[in-house]
Amino acid sequence: MSEFLMPSLGADMEAGTLLEWYVKPGAAVKRGDIVALVDTSKAEIEIEIFEDGVIDELLVPEGARVPVGTALAIVRAPEPTAVGANPATVEAPTESRPSEPESTLAAAPAAAAAGAAPPLRAPVTRAAPPPPHRIRGDHRGHASPVARRAASNLGVDLAAVVGTGPDGAIRKADVERAAVASRSPVAAPIEAPPVVPAETAPVQAPRATTAGDRQALMREAIGALMARSKREIPHYYLQLEIDFSKSLDWLHADNLKRSVEDRLLPSALLLSAVARAVAEMPEMNGFWLDGAFRPATGVHLGVAISLRGGGLIAPALHDADRKSLEEIMRGVRDLVQRARAGRLRSSEMSDPTITVTNLGDRGVDLVHGVIYPPQVALVGFGAVRERAWAADGMLGVRSTVVATLAADHRAGDGHAGSRFLTLIERHLQEPEEL
Amino acid sequence: MTTEQELTAVVIGAVTEIAPDVDPGAIDPDADLAEQLDIDSMDFLNIVVAIHDRTAIEIPERDYPKLGTLNDAVSYLATAQRQGAGA
Repeated sequence: MSEFLMPSLGADMEAGTLLEWYVKPGAAVKRGDIVALVDTSKAEIEIEIFEDGVIDELLVPEGARVPVGTALAIVRAPEPTAVGANPATVEAPTESRPSEPESTLAAAPAAAAAGAAPPLRAPVTRAAPPPPHRIRGDHRGHASPVARRAASNLGVDLAAVVGTGPDGAIRKADVERAAVASRSPVAAPIEAPPVVPAETAPVQAPRATTAGDRQALMREAIGALMARSKREIPHYYLQLEIDFSKSLDWLHADNLKRSVEDRLLPSALLLSAVARAVAEMPEMNGFWLDGAFRPATGVHLGVAISLRGGGLIAPALHDADRKSLEEIMRGVRDLVQRARAGRLRSSEMSDPTITVTNLGDRGVDLVHGVIYPPQVALVGFGAVRERAWAADGMLGVRSTVVATLAADHRAGDGHAGSRFLTLIERHLQEPEEL
Repeated sequence: MTTEQELTAVVIGAVTEIAPDVDPGAIDPDADLAEQLDIDSMDFLNIVVAIHDRTAIEIPERDYPKLGTLNDAVSYLATAQRQGAGA
């Protein structure tokens, strides 16, 4: 038995709202299966499970907002086959999302049929899911004085407010949200009803109901994280103008051979060059935690993606140093589309080991980045421009791009930072190797 | 053969697929699309792909600058289509 916890989907997340369960008690799950949809203040994120097993009990109802680290479900270990058990009899308990291709329900029987997964237990004893616990009772009740005053002014019952502060404490913003919700014509108690099975009564979740709400929450989250970065991280900044002509010539020639869907963008080369440089300089790749640098095991580039209407999200492009340019391009396109559609996955939100921002696409010459804590470095690229460029005693016109590095001085010095930028430069001179 | 009116609808459809918040009526047909709609290179590539999906017109990379505005894009596609049909 183990607890499946509300994950931290980025350093700026304190709590999340469980919007939807994709599994029911009795469902067999494999590591990496998507089991729930959670709303952070920035986006709706699909949550993956980290172990194989069987969902024993769902502890948090849909619609509930709970702090990071709260137990969401109990998962028991996969059970050994009973003698004579026939995998063909194994079936998913309820088809909550038959059309969802990544659903555990689709994946589990396939795995069992292939003999890859331990045999699953048919959920005979679980015809009806047990009522989930209400776990927030413990956290209820403590509200800041400001929140209490706001509640009294706005006529809001504090008992009905979901707290988003530390340990579920009610903050002024929560009271204001509750006041807005109670005025809305579709108002439902923000607190989810405790014992309703998912499919019989859709729960009114306290999700960001309008673009304006989402926008305000996102600004709050970005503000909090960036303030923390500027407060805690002693940034140093470096920049290097790189001759990008060779890369671009190679790219244009290569794109002639490609169909429209398979064409590469310059940003794919930039990301690949960064990933390869990062793999050679592990001191840029990881986290500053508890007063020490912890190198990361993989190169997961956080790709900064601006959202239409404002806001920013930087999900991970996993193992970018081992991906081909085609894979990087496909991966980034997929991330951009899912980021904008609000369908990112939990591992993409929590995994980035270094961030890359490509603001040049919007026309600026260079960007001095703000590091995403607890990462220790951020690489920025400006616009690709034609410039007069002196090389080998000759003056010529070249396409160049300014690469910048913002790095954490606690984890290293400018000497390492300059090596890192020159490594990126070197990789961009060998595009055929990217 | 697709009329210019239909090609306009194709381009607008491709744009609003990538940028659903855009009001088609508010697009200035002679203003730069990327600037007025805040479209980046990834969005633009996706628009080119969407146009290709709908019209089977293959737009080479070197012609991207010829699709700067809505009107430019429509006349480019109309020409490309005529040439494709004549070939």
